[in-house]
Amino acid sequence: MKRFVGFVRKEFYHIFRDKRSLFILFGMPIAQILLFGFAITNEINNVNIAILDQANDVTSKEIINKIASSKHFSIVDVIQQESSIESIFKKGKVKAVVQFENNFGNNLIKKKQANVQVLTDATDPNMASTISNYISSILKKYQQELNKNSTIDYQIIPQSRMVYNAELKSVYMFVPGVMTVILMLVSAMMTSISITREKEQGTMEILLVSPLKPFQVIIGKVFPYIFLSVINAIVIVLLSIFVFNVPVNGSLFLLGVESVLFIITSLALGILISTISATQQTAMMISLMGLMLPTILLSGFIFPISSMPLPLQVISNIIPAKWFIIIVKGIMLKGIGIGYIFKETAILVLMTLLFIGISVKKYKIRLE
Amino acid sequence: MGITVSNISKSYGKVTALSAISFDVKPGELFGLIGPDGAGKTTLFRILTTLLIADKGQAAVAGYNVLNDYKSIRKSVGYMPGRFSLYQDLTVEENLNFFATIFGTTIEENYDLVKDIYVQIEPFKNRRAGKLSGGMKQKLALSCALIHKPKVLFLDEPTTGVDPVSRKEFWEMLKRLQKKGITILVSTPYMDEAALCDRIALIQDGKILEIDSPSAIVSHFPKPLYNINADNMYGLIESLTKYEHTYSIFPFGEFVHYTDKWDSMDKESLKAYLESQGLTDIHIEETQPTIEDTFMELAK
Repeated sequence: MKRFVGFVRKEFYHIFRDKRSLFILFGMPIAQILLFGFAITNEINNVNIAILDQANDVTSKEIINKIASSKHFSIVDVIQQESSIESIFKKGKVKAVVQFENNFGNNLIKKKQANVQVLTDATDPNMASTISNYISSILKKYQQELNKNSTIDYQIIPQSRMVYNAELKSVYMFVPGVMTVILMLVSAMMTSISITREKEQGTMEILLVSPLKPFQVIIGKVFPYIFLSVINAIVIVLLSIFVFNVPVNGSLFLLGVESVLFIITSLALGILISTISATQQTAMMISLMGLMLPTILLSGFIFPISSMPLPLQVISNIIPAKWFIIIVKGIMLKGIGIGYIFKETAILVLMTLLFIGISVKKYKIRLE
Repeated sequence: MGITVSNISKSYGKVTALSAISFDVKPGELFGLIGPDGAGKTTLFRILTTLLIADKGQAAVAGYNVLNDYKSIRKSVGYMPGRFSLYQDLTVEENLNFFATIFGTTIEENYDLVKDIYVQIEPFKNRRAGKLSGGMKQKLALSCALIHKPKVLFLDEPTTGVDPVSRKEFWEMLKRLQKKGITILVSTPYMDEAALCDRIALIQDGKILEIDSPSAIVSHFPKPLYNINADNMYGLIESLTKYEHTYSIFPFGEFVHYTDKWDSMDKESLKAYLESQGLTDIHIEETQPTIEDTFMELAK
């Protein structure tokens, strides 16, 4: 234990005396979260939606067919009552629900106007508004076709409603993303660099010729970063709450536990990287190219996964950040409990165990 | 309890670093590995400190096999790699403290062992290790390698890049450590340091040329050796190279070390030859061979 404490103390000296790592550790989270306050528009493709058809008549069926034949949407569920809307959103299976009112077709003929409600999951605000615009335009087109052959002016009135993030704040979307990227960067890159630094400077040689066991070296190396990453996560959450007024609808405790889990996943990845790279530069390049880019581009942070081509959608599944972003969005914006994110949590746990297993197998007790 | 090396071979791809090396270091001995850069000294150190695995052969350190008992060896040896391998961003005291802690001891506990060395760097104990001079870095590295009271000490070129005064001090320290019962294996490219060891092994291209005490090695020098100097060093070497009786010549400081093909050499005819080559101020006298001469002779 004394050895461990001595080792950890040494690691803290390294961190606090290296201005560069200090900047990455604490400057980056603040800078990134403030910078990423901007929206990015994107096109949508094959977005999963559900239909709630309370009219179930010829007209509503015709409109549903129009929506289904559009390349932008795929109808994955048909629900029967209004009460299922909330649970289907919480499961995260669909991004929008299109609801036809009772007697939709009759209303259109008799009252000359009928209502369609478009409910969107606005935790991703860009996507939500795009979806509702697309659906409105499908409805409008149908209405024009109807009016062409008739003297009566029929009106279909779409009513959009945002669920979870009614004010459409894009920052709500970015907070979970930035948090993920920061934790990934700090944990994986910094640990892999700090372990390879020992190799590069030759101190690993002395550490190996000492009674320290490999796992003691590794735990000693990662421990300070768990601690610092947790501080980072707290800073990010506080910034989001007090600077951007992002709500935390779910349990803060659950958010904390999940964050620690993701930090450990990233640290395990960092250790893995350090076992396969000999120099700090290699470790940094692997971390940046192999971790940062996929984390930013393929995790659903900036581009919605559902709009990606199929191969990329498949790849996105092996990116830990994807699952953590789902978890954070769920807890912060939807206020859901562990029951709804059990699968994502389990995937992260499995990934972590896998990374640690490979690292232990690959860790060298000698120089070659 | 010392070191036993038998038939150790190691190659990196096609490059042979060590070929069938064997020697023994007795307990409490100060043993020197003398050889030029690339002779295989560092590879041998890494095999003995369990950092590398030999392709062939057996070795034991302090009674432990380097392959199977590597954990025991790592607890009982001190190792100072050729490259300065301490934490440059930690202060002198923090480095020493760190190495004491990971070996489960404290500075106070083994202070008497490092005292002689540590007092010299103690005035700078709050200075970062990276900011120390070369000699002080080596003293700190030695302190760190000693702080856990090792049975065997491995020093890989500890004096390379260190000024002559510090080198002398460093060797005096090694002598004192030896008196405390520590077995020391030290490597150096400097032949003058070899004379300070109990026994030395001359090593080149991964092979041991000779193992013996420095004085015995010198006495093995096969021929009488002469110091020759003249007004023009370059002309002297050039003339001697062309001389028909020359067996070997080797520039050594302000002299040229010369051996003749015949055991009874004729000083006068050599002098006459050199004068005929236009050299003046010629002195020729017999001298004692050094380890360097022996090495050059053996390495031929």
